[in-house]
Amino acid sequence: MTIQEIENDIVVEFELLGDWQEKYQHIIAIGKKLPSFPLELQTEENKVRGCQSNVWLVSSFNEGKIFLQGDSDALIVKGLVALVLRVLSGKTPDEILNTQLSFIERLGMQSNLSPTRNNGLAAMIKQIKFYALAYKAKTNS
Amino acid sequence: MSAATSLNIEKIREDFPILHQLVHGKPLIYFDNAATSQKPYTVIDRIHQYYSFENSNIHRGTYYLSELASNYYEGARDTIQQAINAAKREEVIFVRGATEGINLVASSWGRSFLKAGDEIIISGMEHHANIVPWQQICIEKGAVLKVIPVDENGEIHLDDFKNLINEKTKFVSLVQVSNGIGTINAIKEFIDIAHAHQIPVMIDGCQAAPHMEIDVQALDCDFYTFSGHKVFGPTGIGVLYGKESLLEVMPPYQFGGDMIRHVSFQKTTFNDLPYKFEAGTPHISGAIGLAAAFDYLNSLGRGNLLQYENELFAYADAKLNQEVAGIRLLGNARKKIPVFSFVVEGTHPLDIGTMLDFEGIAIRTGNHCTQPLMERFGVSASARLSLAFYNTKEEVDKFVIALNKVLQLLR
Ligand SMILES: Cc1ncc(COP(=O)(O)O)c(C=O)c1O
Repeated sequence: MTIQEIENDIVVEFELLGDWQEKYQHIIAIGKKLPSFPLELQTEENKVRGCQSNVWLVSSFNEGKIFLQGDSDALIVKGLVALVLRVLSGKTPDEILNTQLSFIERLGMQSNLSPTRNNGLAAMIKQIKFYALAYKAKTNS
Repeated sequence: MSAATSLNIEKIREDFPILHQLVHGKPLIYFDNAATSQKPYTVIDRIHQYYSFENSNIHRGTYYLSELASNYYEGARDTIQQAINAAKREEVIFVRGATEGINLVASSWGRSFLKAGDEIIISGMEHHANIVPWQQICIEKGAVLKVIPVDENGEIHLDDFKNLINEKTKFVSLVQVSNGIGTINAIKEFIDIAHAHQIPVMIDGCQAAPHMEIDVQALDCDFYTFSGHKVFGPTGIGVLYGKESLLEVMPPYQFGGDMIRHVSFQKTTFNDLPYKFEAGTPHISGAIGLAAAFDYLNSLGRGNLLQYENELFAYADAKLNQEVAGIRLLGNARKKIPVFSFVVEGTHPLDIGTMLDFEGIAIRTGNHCTQPLMERFGVSASARLSLAFYNTKEEVDKFVIALNKVLQLLR
């Protein structure tokens, strides 16, 4: 599936849910399902600069695709991290570099989840694009 | 429920237009008063009137409007002087807020009077605004910052303070009331001890000013500062009080405008107090709005407000402790304002704050610009509700119900 197709899937999945409470319950459930990082990966180095919550991210590169793992100490953020991984992990650097993620705004949860809320999400997406650039440079060289 | 208060809170709430709105379909519950307070109509209307009928630059015009604006601006200074019981109006300096007040003193006093090896004492519960300016001037001067430790209850102790004082101690700057955990410090006792050693003391009164009457002469503090926006006044205006004898010997902080007496390219002479520290066109409407805020508080009776807030504190304190399973309140000082910082085992404050927003509830989450204090309690962040006199017990009830609902979802 393309990035856009996965995004659309997520949006449809959330459209089926009722009020904000159900949507949050769903995000929280997704967050709870995402395996937590082992302590040795919860390092300063793997930390994405958020504000109030910690977000950790590691990546690997295999057969032209980027694989991502992430975690957060805040549950809602962790759910969002899981969603971002679902969309972007396993994609090529070019695919990642050429997308403008839109699904978060389209979840119908008003501004509470917007990347401007200092929840580290914007920083995480930026970091993923940065990895994509680095891996791309490596394959081209 | 006791009906000790003589105030009609529902009627008072009508004075605050912002409180009557729905947020995500729920009536707004504004519990972030330590970050900033809401404004009564009298303040809003006063600013409106100023810009509609009185606006002009002050201290320079020969014309009617300028004189009018100057009189109101200087009248605002008189109102503040009375509100904090300063001995002289020249001791009241308008600044942008507490942050600027502290920076002004750290920079102007610190640059003139500190030298290498000197020591400055602050406490472990300071807002970053009362840490970093001192830290910076210490770096510049080779001076050393000493910190009074905070105990498990969120209190600081005179004995610890006495132990830190020595012949190298040159300045003390303390918060009167903690924005992070609500502790009311017995600052008068700290001031007296410092003065016994001839050490000047600055008080950060940001969280005290909205909740209690200030009397700088009774405290005998050397400097006192607070922000207008936290005392139901406008943003961008605040007050720095300083004893005349100290302000007189301090150099100006910024240069230009009203602070200048005479300029030639060879030499500039500076104006007298308070103008020496008010460079450039000041925040005229802000000062006038701030005076209106104090008039409003006085009209309600500050004693009445305090009594009601104490009631509200006791009510919320009991309710949170008894009805929220797993809650850990940070700090349990004997004297507090209605500020409650808490964490709940197994949940992140950010999750709590995000979810409460959907219930129409505004609280603050994070480190509250008091990172060292949060570290003292072994957390990186907390959720904080901070109440004002326009908050009600019913709102506290709704908050506790919403919080429990949110916690159930998160656990
Ligand atoms: C205790 C304390 N000091 C200083 C400040 C800084 O105030 P301002 O940002 O208005 O300058 C605050 C504001 O949060 C505070 O609570």
